[in-house]
Amino acid sequence: MKQNYNKPLPKRLLDKFAPTFSEGGKLSWLHSFYEAMETFFYVPTDVTKKGSHVRDCNDMKRTMFMVIIALIPTILFGMWNIGYQRIDGADFNIWQNFWYGFWQMLPSILVTYVVGLSIECAFAQIRKEEVNEGFFVSGILIPLIIPIGTPLWMTALATAFAVIIGKEIFGGTGMNIFNPALIARLFIFFSYTSSISGEAVWFSDARTGATPLGELANVGTTNVSMLDAFIGTIPGSVGETSTLCILLGAIVLLATGTASWRTMVSVFVGGLFMGGVFNLLAPAEPQTATELYMSLPAWQHLLLGGFAFGAVFMATDPVTSAQTNCGKYIVGFMIGALAILVRVFNTGYPEGMMLAIIFMNALAPVVDYYVVQANIKRRNRRAKKVVKA
Amino acid sequence: MRVFFVSGENECITSKYQPNLLTYLLILTDMSKVIKLKKGLDIKLVGEAEKSVLALPIGERYSVSPLTFDGVVPKLLVAEGDKVMAGDVLFYDKAHPEVMFTTPVSGTVSAVRRGEKRKLLAIDIAADAQQNYKPFKTNLAKASREEIMATLLESGLWTMILQRPYGIIANSQDTPKAIFVSGFDSAPLAPEMNVALADDMKAVQAGFDALKKLCPTVHLGLKAGEKSILEDVKGVEKHYFAGAHPAGNVGVQIHHIDPINKGEVVWTVAIQNVAIIGRLFLEGKLDMTKTYAVVGSQVAHPQYVKALVGSSIADVIMPARIKPQSGGSSFRIIEGNVLTGRKASANDSLGCYSSQVTVIPEGGELELIGWLAPRFHKFSVSRTYFSWLMPKKKYDLSTGLNGGVRPFVVTGLYEKYLPMDIYPMYLFKAILAGDIEKMENLGIYEIVEEDVALCEFVDPSKQDLQALVRDGINLMIKEM
Repeated sequence: MKQNYNKPLPKRLLDKFAPTFSEGGKLSWLHSFYEAMETFFYVPTDVTKKGSHVRDCNDMKRTMFMVIIALIPTILFGMWNIGYQRIDGADFNIWQNFWYGFWQMLPSILVTYVVGLSIECAFAQIRKEEVNEGFFVSGILIPLIIPIGTPLWMTALATAFAVIIGKEIFGGTGMNIFNPALIARLFIFFSYTSSISGEAVWFSDARTGATPLGELANVGTTNVSMLDAFIGTIPGSVGETSTLCILLGAIVLLATGTASWRTMVSVFVGGLFMGGVFNLLAPAEPQTATELYMSLPAWQHLLLGGFAFGAVFMATDPVTSAQTNCGKYIVGFMIGALAILVRVFNTGYPEGMMLAIIFMNALAPVVDYYVVQANIKRRNRRAKKVVKA
Repeated sequence: MRVFFVSGENECITSKYQPNLLTYLLILTDMSKVIKLKKGLDIKLVGEAEKSVLALPIGERYSVSPLTFDGVVPKLLVAEGDKVMAGDVLFYDKAHPEVMFTTPVSGTVSAVRRGEKRKLLAIDIAADAQQNYKPFKTNLAKASREEIMATLLESGLWTMILQRPYGIIANSQDTPKAIFVSGFDSAPLAPEMNVALADDMKAVQAGFDALKKLCPTVHLGLKAGEKSILEDVKGVEKHYFAGAHPAGNVGVQIHHIDPINKGEVVWTVAIQNVAIIGRLFLEGKLDMTKTYAVVGSQVAHPQYVKALVGSSIADVIMPARIKPQSGGSSFRIIEGNVLTGRKASANDSLGCYSSQVTVIPEGGELELIGWLAPRFHKFSVSRTYFSWLMPKKKYDLSTGLNGGVRPFVVTGLYEKYLPMDIYPMYLFKAILAGDIEKMENLGIYEIVEEDVALCEFVDPSKQDLQALVRDGINLMIKEM
C-alpha cells in the first residue's frame, strides 16, 4: 500500500493499523481500544449533521482532563509525602523523598488504569460505543484515596468492582449513581477491614502509624499542628493530606468552571456549620473522647482527613452529585454536615467524608426530584390561575 | 420635572437606551417594560452583512418544497407543464385541506421532484418574464375575521402563521390566546430589521392590522436600547427585551410576556412575513418578496438581497459570491443561521420561514491532540479555552463537531443558555424516556427546536438536542 507521507506520523500509524482493528480484522475485538487511541491523538473529524451547524470546541476529553490538571499538585505532593513520612530512611532530601513515593505510587496507578480501562474497553466493545473519558479521572483518584501499600491485587479487585458494579451496570459514565472512585475505597474498607483497620490507614514499608483522625476518634485529641495539616506533612491517604495543594486544585477547577462552586462551597459551609454546632454543644470540661472531639474547633475539621479532598474532587462529580443548581447547595451542605457528624460520633470509623458523599450520592436524585417538582408546581399553578381568571 | 425610571428585576430601562421624554411617556402609557434576560450567548462570527440591499430581478426557476413545513402531508394539485399565476395553489395538506400552499411566481410547472416512495420533494416553476398575479379580494378595514382568514388560507399565507405549542402551521379552528411577533432576530449574523424592512413599513402595519382581526391581542417584542423602525407600529402591545441571543426568539419572549399553559394556543408570525401578509391586503396580490441577509465567513461580499420566497439559493448568493476555496477545503451553505438553519445545496430554494443564508467552512480537519491544544481560533463558552478573554473577537467557525458523542455528564450548563423557567436536562431525559406527562409538566409546550439550539451548541457531550426536541414534539402531537 502506498504511504501518504503528507500526513503526520501518528496519523500514518493509525491509518496503517486501522484495517487490523476494524470489523473482519485480526484484532477487531480490540476495536474500542483502537478507537480510544485514535480519538486521543486526533479529534474526530466528524462534522455536524443535525441541528446546530457550529459547535463549541469544548468536549468531554478536555473537561475530564482539567480535573487531572487540578490534581497534579496533590499528586506530586502526595508522592513526596510518602517518602517524607517514612521512618526508617531518616534523612532524605526532597528528591529522594519524591522518588521513593513515586515508585510506591506508580504500580498502584498502573494497576488501576490497566484494570479499569480494560473493563471500560470491553464494555464499550460490547455496547458498540466509544470508550468514555470518565475513567481518566477515576483511575487517578483511586490510588490517591486508598491507603498506600494496599496490596496490588486488592487495588485491582477494588477497581474492577468499582467500574463494573459502581458504573457499568448502570450504563456507564453519566448513568452511575455512586462515585466510582469512592466505591473502590468503600470496597477495600468494608471487604478487607482486618488488614486495613480504620485507624491505621497509613503504612509504608515497616511503618504503621495512626492518622490524626484516628487519634482524634480514639483519644479525642491529636498533636498534629494545624499548619502541618494545612500544608500536608501528616500521615494519611496520598491525596488527602495537603489542604494547600487541594486548594490549588480547587482554584483550577473553579477558574475553568469545570466543577460546581455551588457544591464545593456548600460542603465547606456544611462542615463548618456542623463543627460549630458541636463546638456549642461540647461540655465545658470534656471527659470522653467524643466530648473532646466535639470541642475541636470547626475550622480544624476542614483541614483534617479527607474533608477538603472530598469536597473539591469527589462531591463535585457532576454525574453523582445533584444536577439542579438548588439541589447542589442542599447536597453539598448535607455532605459537609454528615461528614463531621460521622467523624465525631462513629469512633470505630474515623473518616466520615467517604460515607457522607456516598450517602448523599444516593439521596441527590431525591433532592433533585423535589427541586424539579417545585418547578412543575409553579407551572401548574400558573395554568390553574389562568383557568380561574 | 423628573423622569421616572422603571426598575426592578424584570422591569428596567437599560442605560444604553436614552429615548426622549415623549418616548418615555409613550413607553409608560403603553405599559411597556424592558425584560432583561441574563442567560444566553451571542456567538460573534465574521461575515456580517453590509447594510446595502440589492433587489434581485425575477429569476429563471423557483421551487416550493413541502419539506419546509413540519408535519404536512401534501396532496398535489398541479402537474408538469401546467401554467400557474402567482398565488395559485400547488398542493394542500391532507390532514387540513383548508391549508393551501401556493406558488410565489407565475410561470410553468417545470418539474415535480419526488424522492424515495414517491415522497414529494419540491415543485419547480419556470418563471414568466412578465409576472401575472392572481387577484385577491381584500378590504382590510371592513373585512371580518372569517374573511381575513379565508383570504389568508386561499393565498397560501396562512402557512406563515405558526402555533405554539409545537411550532407547526396554525389550526384555523383554534382561537389563540394571543399572537406574538418578534421584532428582531438575535441569532448569529441575523438580518437587522431596520435594514430589511426599511421600505416596508406600510405593509408591516397592514399586516399587524390583519393579525389583529384574527386575534385582538398582538404582542411585538423589540430590542431594548435600539431605535427600531417597528417602534411606529400601532395597535400592538410592545415589549422590550435586553440580553443576548435567544432574546429575539419568539418562544423566549412568549415565556416572559404570557407563558403558554397546557390547553392554550398562541400563534406566532415572523416579522418579515407580517409584511408579506400586509402586502396581500394592501395590493390584493401575493408578493412574497423578502430581504435575506447573505452572510458568513465564506461569502465574499456579505449583504442584503431582496428576493422572492422560493428563489434558488444560487441566485440569492450570486451577487454576494462565495470566496474561492483553496485545495481540499469546502464550504457549507445553510438556509437560516448557523444554530437552527438547514443544510442546503445551491440548487435548493428558500423557504418562507428563513431570512438569511449563511456560508461557513466545512470542518473535518486533522487536529493532533486538539482537545489539549489552546485552540485560539476556535470559540468556547468554557473557560478551559481562552475565548472568554477576548469577548469582542469574531470567529470563523467551521462545521466540526469538535469531539465525540457522549451521554449527559456535565450539569448546570444548559440552564445558562435557556432563559426560561425550565430544567432543560430533565426535559431532555423525559423526551428520551418518551414520558408524555413528564414532558408536559417540564415545559415541552413552551419550547421548539430553536430555543434549545444554544444548549446544543455548548454541549460538551455533542448530543443533537434540537432533533431530540422535535422528536418529543412529534410524540406529543401523535399522542395528544
